[in-house]
Amino acid sequence: MLPNQLTAETFSAYPPEAKRLVVAQLPLLRRLPLAFVPLLLRELIVYDWKFPAERRDLDRQFTWLHSLSPEQTAKAVAPFSRLTLSESLEKTDWVNQPAIFTEQLTAHLWKTHQIDAFRAGAVEYVAAYSGTSPEGSLPAPRLGIAVIGQSVRANDYRLFRKLRPHGVYYSKVQHENGLNILVDTLKKRAEAAPLPYGHWYIDGGKFAATPDGVTHVSYAALSPVRVALQGFMQKIYEASVFDPEAFRTRMAQTRPEEIGLDTAHDAVLSRFQLSLLTEGSGTQVFSTTFVQWAAREALRRAQPITLLAHFTPRQRENTMDELLSEARRPPELDPQGSLIDADMGAYYTWLNQQRLSGADDAGFLVWFEDQPEAVAIGPRFARGKHSDAPVELRELLAQFV
Amino acid sequence: MMSDVVKHFGHLRHGSPREVAEAISFNRRNFLRAVTGAGAASAIFGASPLRGFVAPRRKKVVVVTFGGGARDDETFMPDGQENIPHLLEELIPQATFFTQVVNRGILGHYVATASIVTGAYETFNNFASVPPDNPTVFEYFRRDLNRPATDCWVVAPSNGFARIGESGHKSFGPGLGAGVLLPKRLLSAAIPAGGDDERYRHLLNDNYETPLFAPTLTGKQIELGQMVDLLKLSATDFATHARSLASADELSVYVAKHLMTQLSPSLLWVTLHDIDVAHSGTFSLYIDGIRRCDRLCGELWQAIQQNPEYADQTTMFILPDFGRDSDIESGGNGFQHHRTGDAVSRTTWMMVLGPGIRQNVVVDRPIESIDLVPTIGSILGFDARDSRGKPVAEVV
Repeated sequence: MLPNQLTAETFSAYPPEAKRLVVAQLPLLRRLPLAFVPLLLRELIVYDWKFPAERRDLDRQFTWLHSLSPEQTAKAVAPFSRLTLSESLEKTDWVNQPAIFTEQLTAHLWKTHQIDAFRAGAVEYVAAYSGTSPEGSLPAPRLGIAVIGQSVRANDYRLFRKLRPHGVYYSKVQHENGLNILVDTLKKRAEAAPLPYGHWYIDGGKFAATPDGVTHVSYAALSPVRVALQGFMQKIYEASVFDPEAFRTRMAQTRPEEIGLDTAHDAVLSRFQLSLLTEGSGTQVFSTTFVQWAAREALRRAQPITLLAHFTPRQRENTMDELLSEARRPPELDPQGSLIDADMGAYYTWLNQQRLSGADDAGFLVWFEDQPEAVAIGPRFARGKHSDAPVELRELLAQFV
Repeated sequence: MMSDVVKHFGHLRHGSPREVAEAISFNRRNFLRAVTGAGAASAIFGASPLRGFVAPRRKKVVVVTFGGGARDDETFMPDGQENIPHLLEELIPQATFFTQVVNRGILGHYVATASIVTGAYETFNNFASVPPDNPTVFEYFRRDLNRPATDCWVVAPSNGFARIGESGHKSFGPGLGAGVLLPKRLLSAAIPAGGDDERYRHLLNDNYETPLFAPTLTGKQIELGQMVDLLKLSATDFATHARSLASADELSVYVAKHLMTQLSPSLLWVTLHDIDVAHSGTFSLYIDGIRRCDRLCGELWQAIQQNPEYADQTTMFILPDFGRDSDIESGGNGFQHHRTGDAVSRTTWMMVLGPGIRQNVVVDRPIESIDLVPTIGSILGFDARDSRGKPVAEVV
């Protein structure tokens, strides 16, 4: 099937909100190339479970596309029109399984040496529509907080090496009751600027608290879900013939209820959590990876104005069989390695926050848990400075407000 | 690698991270020159190399690839130098160092290594148990120089590399390739039934790109009994020694050293793999892998110098098969993967050491990883006729 053959009936299997949106956009979709439409449908087919920020982004994209003349539209998607696709790709059920099409397209682009052209085209396209439509103002400057190094007593790794050049390194932070202070800051920001999915708390362990108005995701709380998924993965692994592509596809098709995720309470969040575990690599078995990836995805998709990422010790490296055996025996932990993982994870969290609107006003704090070391980044903090003066954690936080 | 095209759309907003990167980054070439303290490639037109003093014995080549790319950030850039003391302080002063080795092919470890081994960009499914389409370096070597099967070997980390030794090319193929030793498979066979295999488990992780992938073995890999005969190493001694090792790469180098001692192959290809644990998102384990690779490269070079069959007649090539995604590339997740195809993931380095190789020299011009095989051909005297690469003039 080609895009110009699309009809409203083609989308009969789509969820209600997705169907309504796609049908409204049919005249536009019919004019777009095959290398592009399934990528858009991949986003649209899950529209019912998209965060508000993602919906706004899709709306902006359609507004921009509708503002173009037919010639301008053709120019905007020309890099995709120029890609040579295979017959088998055309025969894929890309309407109902756009994710599978995307996987096959990726393989095809690598194999035919077109991935670089695709990549350049995608960057150009996103820059074009992002640059022409305003994103609106934020109710408060963004604030990201990373807490790293739980359970580490002595450390000789040079922490915050990538973040120090961008802010002030504090060596004498007074931090009594530190984690609760940070959660309290999150709570107050959520109260002051209530936004759906606008404030996040991601924890590698158990939550220190669960304030209202804050979206919570926890590696520990998802333990039964992860165990169910691990069992699911193990069964596929033990099959007589193992096909990694089919495995990825099956993971992508997993429904939340199959692994015990509650969809009645918050279907959007359940789908998000499912994606962390089925699309992330290492998120099923390493808490540090889970927190970093969850923070990345929360920032990319929900674009919160507050995010607290609490890294906790992950299990020690082991064979995949052992890593998947969490339900049978408590894993041995690796606090020192986890500190190094989390140090990099904090840097990536900051980078991902800086990709969002309001980056110039945004603040970021990374704190070595229960230790006097922290780095603060933001408009009120000089870059590349070092402070040995005693400072209260609360005082640092106050400077972000 | 799959499904990543959409990520190029997902996360491109403001220029800040890129500006940050530009602000903190070094000019790659200038930096590598500074850190190695090496002279420019123009030195090749200066003083004569040692080639004329080398005794006319049979030349040998050892290639070490890092299957699981390492980025400049964690190796030659300031924060990374602590991870590679052996490369920096022991090997680079003796090497010609290429700062820009570009891989324009598919960035999956088996298919990329196959591309390096054939000197042509292979396009098969990275996870398929298939031979390369183009003739391998081993087939050129054996046919053109009429060498026996025992004169070239591959020591590979993953069972997925079982078919790397010989191609499916109609003019070469079965019987003309290299023997493939898969130390992890050999260890699995050597562990006594009902034995205490807990002690070996850390050596047996196979594939980090898709950790649950257990490839079907259909190649010409050497089995335990053959290894015992070839290497004169009993299964018990092998298993016992393995217990003292920290990782699969240590096991590979242990086997490679045994090969050198017992068979003295003229062409030995070792692919290291520990670094690829980065796919699990654990930065500390990735760093551990780099440090181990660094140490093992130093050990292998020492073993070459201490072995009379190899000393002063062996050229050693060390190169990662490709890089990993940059921190700044919005479609990726930094060090974790090599999926975006950005410049950082495609660009890496290579060092060459041995007789006739100019020491302490940096070459800035870009070369491609497929240039390696024709370069080895020029050194050993075979014609890599189906390779798309070119001999690297600075080392032939």
